[in-house]
Order: sequence, then structure tokens, then C-alpha cells
Amino acid sequence: MKTICFYFQIHQPFRLKRYRFFNIGRDQYYYDDFSNEDIMQKIAASSFIPANRMLFDLINQYKGRFKVAFSISGTALEQMEIYAPEVIDGFRQLSSTGNVEFLAETYAHSLASLIDPIEFKNQVKQHSDKIEMLFDQKPTVFRNTELIYSDDIGQAVYEMGYDKMITESAKQVLGWKSPNFVYTSAVQPNLKLLLKNSKFSDDIMFRFSNYSWSEYPLTADKFIEWIDNLPAEEQVVNLFMNYETFGSMQPSHTGIFEFMKALPHFAFEKGMKFATPSEVMNDNEPIGALKVPYPISWADEERDLSAWIGNTLQKEAFKTLYDIGERLRLCNDRRLKHDWLYLQSSDHFYYMSTKHFSDGTVHGQFSPYPSPYDAFNNYMNVLSDFIGRVKAQYPDSVENEELNALLITINNQALEIKKLQAELKTVIDKNVEKLVESPKKEKKKESKKSMNQ
Amino acid sequence: MKALMFGWEFPPHILGGLGTASYGLTRGMSTQEDMEITFVIPKPWGDEDQSFLKIIGANNTPIVWRDVQWETVKERLGKFMDPQEYYNLRDNIYADFNYMHTNDLGCLEFSGKYPDNLLEEINNYSIVAGVIARTYDFDIIHSHDWLTYAAGMHAKTVTGKPLVIHVHATDFDRSGGDVNPLVYNIEKNGMDHADHIICVSNLTRRIVIEKYHQDPSKVTTVHNAVEPLSPDKIAIDRLTKVPEKVVTFLGRITMQKGPEYFVDAATQVLKNANHIRFVMAGSGDMMNKMIRLVADRGISDKFHFTGFLQGKQVYEMLNSSDVYVMPSVSEPFGISPLEAMQCGVPSIISHQSGCSEILQNVIKTDYWDVDGMADAIYSICTHPGMAEFLRIEGKKEVDQIKWEYAGQKVRDIYNKYVR
Repeated sequence: MKTICFYFQIHQPFRLKRYRFFNIGRDQYYYDDFSNEDIMQKIAASSFIPANRMLFDLINQYKGRFKVAFSISGTALEQMEIYAPEVIDGFRQLSSTGNVEFLAETYAHSLASLIDPIEFKNQVKQHSDKIEMLFDQKPTVFRNTELIYSDDIGQAVYEMGYDKMITESAKQVLGWKSPNFVYTSAVQPNLKLLLKNSKFSDDIMFRFSNYSWSEYPLTADKFIEWIDNLPAEEQVVNLFMNYETFGSMQPSHTGIFEFMKALPHFAFEKGMKFATPSEVMNDNEPIGALKVPYPISWADEERDLSAWIGNTLQKEAFKTLYDIGERLRLCNDRRLKHDWLYLQSSDHFYYMSTKHFSDGTVHGQFSPYPSPYDAFNNYMNVLSDFIGRVKAQYPDSVENEELNALLITINNQALEIKKLQAELKTVIDKNVEKLVESPKKEKKKESKKSMNQ
Repeated sequence: MKALMFGWEFPPHILGGLGTASYGLTRGMSTQEDMEITFVIPKPWGDEDQSFLKIIGANNTPIVWRDVQWETVKERLGKFMDPQEYYNLRDNIYADFNYMHTNDLGCLEFSGKYPDNLLEEINNYSIVAGVIARTYDFDIIHSHDWLTYAAGMHAKTVTGKPLVIHVHATDFDRSGGDVNPLVYNIEKNGMDHADHIICVSNLTRRIVIEKYHQDPSKVTTVHNAVEPLSPDKIAIDRLTKVPEKVVTFLGRITMQKGPEYFVDAATQVLKNANHIRFVMAGSGDMMNKMIRLVADRGISDKFHFTGFLQGKQVYEMLNSSDVYVMPSVSEPFGISPLEAMQCGVPSIISHQSGCSEILQNVIKTDYWDVDGMADAIYSICTHPGMAEFLRIEGKKEVDQIKWEYAGQKVRDIYNKYVR
């Protein structure tokens, strides 16, 4: 029996407003609220809301035999909460059916896994807390930003307590192997991996309404037949795509919703079933180990990181951002921490890509900037201001390690004082007759305090 | 294929971009095996590179028959051309020009510059063109810029050969919209009589179609290119010893080049940053006004003027710069940012310049977007990654823009009219 596993990803970054270098130090609000609201509401109306309704109907119609999974970034969730709360309600409704799984990822859809293990861990925790709060389920499957994966990342993810992960079936890794099986990590055999079937996923996500495609029009029975014609031993077909596929990337007039509505019918007719990623990985035994020394992703033809940290602009911005990470974690300013998350969204680096000069397609399309240089300038201006604010929290001359020690002392000071006071009290109580109380107590307390500092 | 070209400038004695472009294009075309170019200019100096084409001086072409000895001709014109050519030309004098002021060889005087009596010089040039067109054998006529359109038309009338005109600039660019009707007439007349019009950018092509009412099917864009730098120019060291980054404007200081926007951007930058200096290199009718403007803005301590730069000095300036800015209001093409990129200088250009159509690894802003320009200047001077990227990728890109390719496109146009 073949299993179809759907997973949809949703992410929206907090786009930055036009921020000139002479705003540095003068303007601490970085975001383009208008376009963030506008874009979120547009996608919600054309895609998320009707798609949620469709999935809810399908789950009800097939009485729980139809299942899907979502991975929604923390920033996207925040935007939905502010600009389109009805979308959150829709997901809650879906979650309550018990047939929808939410996956863990980094809160800001960031690239922290590549450079900053502590930040990576923090963000995964933040995201999983948010999912639990909103949808009342704890994610058990991890999906990294843009399906980025390498052996090291797999190890880090496993150490965070996840034993299931989703990634891309990049050719340079998979070679002749089929993506339609469950694999394990080569360095951590207990970590199971589920791979995206690129061909079938892209058929729906990119080619569905392409007139020049030889298979146009794609119908549900044709699609299911392709899956059915796979070799018998290939049991799992993983269809991973952007949720915007429904209604936005493939507008509703292309018939994408009808396609999706018809799909389960034909699938059940052929005796297939639907499952969530965690079910798939629980039910199927891994067939082999995947060795991934260099990070892979689902972007572009190369399936590597070049879309985000390919050119020197991106590298400089990336490094400058994460250089401040350690110092930032010593701060407790809430707004700073929020900005820190928002600035980490991988999109900001994607906008700086110069790859589209040659291959022309996807990159420019999503960018709010006229050119990658503009994207870099704007981002770096914002980042300079941000770094200035972080550094203003504590004197620049103090090294991070020293500062950390000092902060621990300061934070524990109250506890320490309480402890000493209690100690003092017992001493005084014991010797209450022998002592003249007030002046000595003051003195003692003072001397203890100064020792402390 | 034999082409008769009319031009106004030819290196090494040049006054603007026209001479550079003429040289580059002919040099690029000379790589085509069967291409023979005869290039007419008003006044050769005798030190032009004639290895790949033949140069005829209008001031060495007789229009009045004078009986002169071979020895005399050889002595006077020997460094410009073979004396026999003089006699060949003399045989083709087609009318009585005795009323004109000619010298003892029967030739007209030309300044070869842009004098006050430019219109008279243009007319004289066209008289001479009649003699030249009758003397030489060629398949196509190619006129560079409006000064030579009349000559091209004359040659076409005499021989019936097809005429291609090359628009390096229009009066709309030069005047900022305040067009001189006499110049406009000459330009329009030339375009009307041309079989084909070559423009140096789509920007210019649009002007030619919209403002000169030309049929789009006979107007083609052939973007300019740039000659590879000679090693001695690359080897020039950085001259400035100031610790600050140097941002350079290099070109004629005229309205067309947008110098006041550069000053405004500099003011914005200097208000907020102190690790940057500005240089305005070149001269022009707005120079004094700019000096006053800079003083008025109170940034004279970090804003410098060099005056007119020539030859090697240009490259000394470029090699000493960290950013090159060309905020042109209307630039038909603009070769200088390409030269800056060859020197590895990150460039900022306006969207209103023709070269922005083909360049990717530069920062483009609108000429009036002073804030955007200031931001870009600041970014290049502040973030090494940005400067590095533009320097390396820019150089790589500009090394691929070759005159040979432009020359081939021109050749394709010739082929349409000559069979």
C-alpha cells in the first residue's frame, strides 16, 4: 500500500522599510508595516483561508483518512495573529481534527543552524513553544529552514530531542537512490529522514498551470496514476510544497483547488493512504543511511546554500549579524530580542542574491527591492543601528566572557543578599543579648556586599 | 565590405566620448577580415593610429584646383597621407569653389573642435565630403553624430550608396530639453535621409523615435563597449594618501552630467560620516557654480576640485578612487563608468544613463534620488563586502563588453543594405 505524505510550508518575513544610513541612531523601528500587512492579507484571502476550508472539508469528508502536515514559521504566525487571525482559527480547527500535524522549525525561518548552535537551539525551542501554545500539540518532527540539512545539523537536531527530520532529495546526495523511502542520518543512526519527492512536488507547485509543459493539464487521476506506477517497493511519496501553491502561486482559476479536492478520491480508489510525516517515519523502516557532508537545501538547481550565502554581500551581512549574537544573548531588552529574530529571517539574505542576473527567475520575483545592492544597503543600515543598540546596553570595552561573569553576579545578587541576611539573622538571634544591634548589622551587611562585587 | 565613415574626433586628440567611441568601434570592426574603413575627420594631427583604417583629413582635401608640385605636397601632407591621394582627390573637384577661402593647396581650414562658427564648419565639411565621395570606392556611408550628418547625406546624394547614421547623443541630452532648433533640424534631416539609424542605447533610441519621429524599424541599438586597459594604466598606483575613502565624479561639469546632485549627495553623506572625501574632476560651464555651492553647503574641507584631467591623469584619478559616481541627468551611453570598472572602482550610475541598460554589477539610482545615492556611497565606503563584490564582479563583467561584438552588430546592419 502506497502512502502519500503532504506537508505545506508557510513563512513570511518582516520586510524592512526603506532605511537610509542617516536614520542610523535616530530611528529604531525597521519594518514596513504596510507591505507586511498587505501581503499577509492578500495571501490569506486568496490562499490560506480557502485552502484551510478545503482541507477541513476533505478531512471531514473522508472521516479522518486524509491527513496533512504544516510547518509554519514563528514570524508568519505572528503576522497572522496581527493581520489575519481567522487563518490561525482555521489552523486550530484543522489541528482539532487530529489529522493535522505541525512540524518544528526555527522561529524566524533563520539560517542559525549553519553558524550559531545556541541560537539555533533557542529558536527551535521558541517555535515549538509557540506551536504548543496555539495548536495544543508538541511537534515531534523537525524541518529546518528551506529544508537545509547536513550531517552536523542532523546531529544538532537529534541532540535537541528530535528523532525525525525532513529534508530535500538533492541529487548530489541521493545519486541513484530513490526519495520514496525513509532514510537515516549517517552520523546519527537514530535520526530518521524523510525526503521530498522533487518531481511530483514541483509538478503541482510550479508546473501545474504551465501551458508549455507536455503533461498539461495535470489532472488528479493522471497524477495518482503516476504514483501508482512507481515500483512496488517504493512505498512513500512525499509531497512538500509552499502552502501558497493553493490560490497564490497557482491561482484558483487554474483549478488547483479542484485538483486537490479530487486527489484523495483517486488515491483511495487505488488503495493508497495518507499519512503525516511522523506516522510515515514510525511505520516504515529506514532503508539506508544518507551521508551529507555539505549542507543541502531545496532552492534552485544547485540545491545548496548559494541562494542565501553565495556572494560576498550575503556573506558579509550574515557574518555581521551573527557576530553580535553572543552579546545579544546577554541583553534582556524585549524589543531588542524581537528585532534580533526578525533580522535573522533568511529572506533578507535571499534578496541580496545576484544569481538571478544569470538564471533570471525566482529570486527577483519575491524581492521588495529593485536590486540586490539595495537589499544589502538597506539591511546593513538597519543592522548597524541594531548593533549600535545592542552595544549601548553594556559598555563596549567589556569582553563578552567578562560581562557574562559580571551579569551572573549581578543577577544572583538579590539571592546572595537574602542568603547572607538570613545567615546574619541567625547569628544575631543567637547572640542577641551580647550585641548592640543596629550599627553592627549595617556595617556587616555593607562589607558583605562589597565583597560580593 | 568598404565603409566610408565621417567622424569629428579621433584619438589621441579628443574632446569627448565621441572620439573614444569612434576609435573603439572602428578598431572592433577592423577584426572582421574583409572590412576596409576610410575615416574622414576635419583635422588630423598626424599621430593617429592608422594601422587598421585609413584617415582622410578634410583640411587636406582640395576643393579648388591648384597646380602644386609633388615635392610640395609631399612636404606639406606627407605625414597625413600619400601625395598621390591628393592628386586623386584633386581630380574629383566637382564645382567652382574659388569664392571660398582656401589655402595654397586649395584646401579649407578646419579647427577640428567645436568653435563658435560650428555651423559654417559643418557646411564646409559637407562640401569636402562631395570630393571624397567621388574619389573613393565604397559600399556604405556611416556618419558619426550630428556634425557629420550633412556630409553623409551629401555623399549619399552623389553616389547613391546607403547611409547609416550613428547617434552618439541628441540635442535633448546635451541641452536638457531646451533644444536648439537649428541643431534639431540638422539632426532630424540627417535621420530622415538615413537608411538606418544606430543608437548607442535604448534610451537614445526612444528619443530618436519619439522626438525625431523616426520609424522604429529603421532604428537599432548598438551599445558601446570599452577598449581593454593597457597594463601601464592598470599599474598606476593610488596617489592619495588621505585615510578617508575617496568618492569621485569625473566628467564635464555641465548640466547634462548632474554635478549638483553629486554635491547634494556629498552633503548628505558628510553630515553623517567622516571617513569619506569627495572629488569633482573635470571642468565645464557649471564648475564655478559648483565651487560656490560646495562652499555654501559648508563642506569645502572634504570636497575637492581637480580641474580638467587628461590622458594618464584620468587613470591616476580613477586608481585613487574608492567609488565612482555618474549622476547624469541624460546620458546617451556613458563610457566612463566602464573605464572606472576596468580599474576596479565600484560605480554608482543613474538610471538615466544608457550604460545602465547593460551593466549589472553597479549600483543604479535615479539622478534626483540624492538620498539613495548618498546611501549607496556610504554603503560602499563602509562595508568591505560590498566594495569587494562590486570591484571583482564589476571588472569581470566589463571585461566581457567588447567592441568586437558591437562591431559585429554594426556589420549585420551593413549587410542588410549591401549585397
